[in-house]
Amino acid sequence: MTQPVSPPRDSITDKVPQDRPSAWRGLLARTDVRTLSLLGVLAALILIGGITKPDEFLDTRNLQLVLTQASVIGVVTVGMTFVIVSGGIDLSVGAIVALASVWATTVATQEYGFAGILFTAVVVGVGCGLVNGVLIAYGAMVPFIATLAMLASARGLALQITDGKTQIVTVPSVLDLGERDAYVLGIPPLVLVFAVVTVIGWLVLNRTTFGRRTVAVGGNPEAARLAGIDVRRQRLYLYLLSGLCCGIAAFLLIVLSGSGQNTNGNLYELDAIAAAIIGGTLLTGGRGTITGSVLGVLIFTTITNIFALNNLQSDVQQIAKGAIIVAAVLVQRRTASTT
Amino acid sequence: MTEITSRRGLLFGAAAVSAGALLTGCTSNEPSDSKDEPAGNNQPAADDKPGKQVTIGFAGPQADHGWLNAINDNAEKRAEKYSDVTLEITEGSNDTAQQIGQIETLINKKVDVLVVLPADGKALTQVGLKAMRAGIPVVNLDRIFNTPQAYRCWIGGDNYGMGLNAGHYIGEKLKGKSDARVIELAGLDNLELTKQRTQGFDDALKNYPNIKKVARQAAEFTVESGQAKMAQLLQAQSKFDALWNHDDDQGVGALRAIEQAGRDDFLMVGGAGALSAFQAIKQDDGVLKATVLYPPTMAASAIDLARALGQGKGIGGLAEFEIPASITLYSAVVDKTNVDQYMPTGFR
Repeated sequence: MTQPVSPPRDSITDKVPQDRPSAWRGLLARTDVRTLSLLGVLAALILIGGITKPDEFLDTRNLQLVLTQASVIGVVTVGMTFVIVSGGIDLSVGAIVALASVWATTVATQEYGFAGILFTAVVVGVGCGLVNGVLIAYGAMVPFIATLAMLASARGLALQITDGKTQIVTVPSVLDLGERDAYVLGIPPLVLVFAVVTVIGWLVLNRTTFGRRTVAVGGNPEAARLAGIDVRRQRLYLYLLSGLCCGIAAFLLIVLSGSGQNTNGNLYELDAIAAAIIGGTLLTGGRGTITGSVLGVLIFTTITNIFALNNLQSDVQQIAKGAIIVAAVLVQRRTASTT
Repeated sequence: MTEITSRRGLLFGAAAVSAGALLTGCTSNEPSDSKDEPAGNNQPAADDKPGKQVTIGFAGPQADHGWLNAINDNAEKRAEKYSDVTLEITEGSNDTAQQIGQIETLINKKVDVLVVLPADGKALTQVGLKAMRAGIPVVNLDRIFNTPQAYRCWIGGDNYGMGLNAGHYIGEKLKGKSDARVIELAGLDNLELTKQRTQGFDDALKNYPNIKKVARQAAEFTVESGQAKMAQLLQAQSKFDALWNHDDDQGVGALRAIEQAGRDDFLMVGGAGALSAFQAIKQDDGVLKATVLYPPTMAASAIDLARALGQGKGIGGLAEFEIPASITLYSAVVDKTNVDQYMPTGFR
């Protein structure tokens, strides 16, 4: 792997931006190699889906379905990407989604209607993120431990609130948002929220001081501190952000499933981390893209969809999923090193 | 600078406190017309006449979903009905070591009879044996121990029978329909009980040559997974005649997906017997036409059996002097014709 000389690489790195078109090409080639390979994986999946089940897979309704199923975990993954880019980890996302979704669907909350449910879901998410952030940034706790503790407590509290019962949502305006009638130009509202969160996440990470600070903290916290960045406050904000995303995701899940349950968000932490890693985010921090993470989520959701359409069972699905994670990462590394 | 941050901090603090105050008011889950009539206590017990005082120890797993919650409710409410029964109930736990500890505590307290719903039947066999050796008869509830030596009586549901009855119900409904297509939304595939349910369902369908099972997907007994898997199944099968869903909890999600897809061209049968399913069957305005029971009332019956054991009696209505060694409950099909009778046993 290390030996082969790769002329393309030299030609690209040497021929840096002299004139505009090649600068663009250089930018595309360098920053988006990973993204391109992800798009390749996605295209291959679409091809497989299209060949095996042309009628069911290549269908507007199926596109709507895949994007809708991706939206909840997608929003969580955007938040997770920020945290991982900063060198942290948030194991509590699934538990926070569960807690926010049950807190927002209790009989008492439902009396406040749409606004009450939305408000509660978001505030519970942000509140949990705040606790995580304070413990990590100012309590000097390792993110892994602090968020593991939050995972346990939030799941426990969710169970205590529901008593193990399924809380069915009876507020019509919330339920209607998940119906076909609510689609805007054929786009489900859930997908719109996912898209907006993605765009905002991309802008914040790539076009703001906040984003640059996040990358700096993840790349080298000491250097970031010496450069005058308040590392602790930055970390606090990042876990708040992840909590906020969980709150939004919890609301989307309530709309989608029409209920709140303490088992919600099961293993979201692993799905979100896996999507981010596949998307090229470094687990050690300092590098990562929102585009990559979102593509990672879409790849996972598409795989699930193709398997279900072909009536493959859970055992096969799980085996193949593991294989595809490894394959995707290997393909990516190869494309990245040969370019 | 500090002034600004502190004012901002103050504002944020105030907002956080008021949000917190508002939120804590929102954890209440008591409906205003709460009428929590427990399941399965309308039937008179076999022998209601007070007898010898019996202390029953009850150990179950953590009630993290509706059915297990109903198990605890049923046991407690049934014990309350008897003036001669004292119930020692442990805090439910899914941790094997913890549950063993709890049962050992009950053994040391010298309860007269033990009722155990193990978190994991195989893993708790040893402690069942220990109780039996200590002279405390054990009523093993639902999840079975490894050896019959570890219990005096086993009572539980019939997963194979659930599938069988669901299959027969669907088979009869689709009788005469040529090339009928059926799909199955299974529960968690890691569990043996899911395999048994599917096996029963497949065996029943073999009696109906006009029916073909065209698809099966496994959800995870949760609303979220039920919605997700059902949405995929609906996309995969543009036309089918009947659906069997293993579990009413995930069925809430499945029904949501069906509604979102705007489909109503098939009949659906559920499983377990949740209140929401009974209500939908009674209203009869959707696809859900029936559900196959896995009755949580078995916990009430286990208390009856434990009481009979403690008092050295048999079961009323049977000729024997002793209670049976094993009781497999029937998975009745509840549809519109008999739903009223079962309504009080529905769990949330």
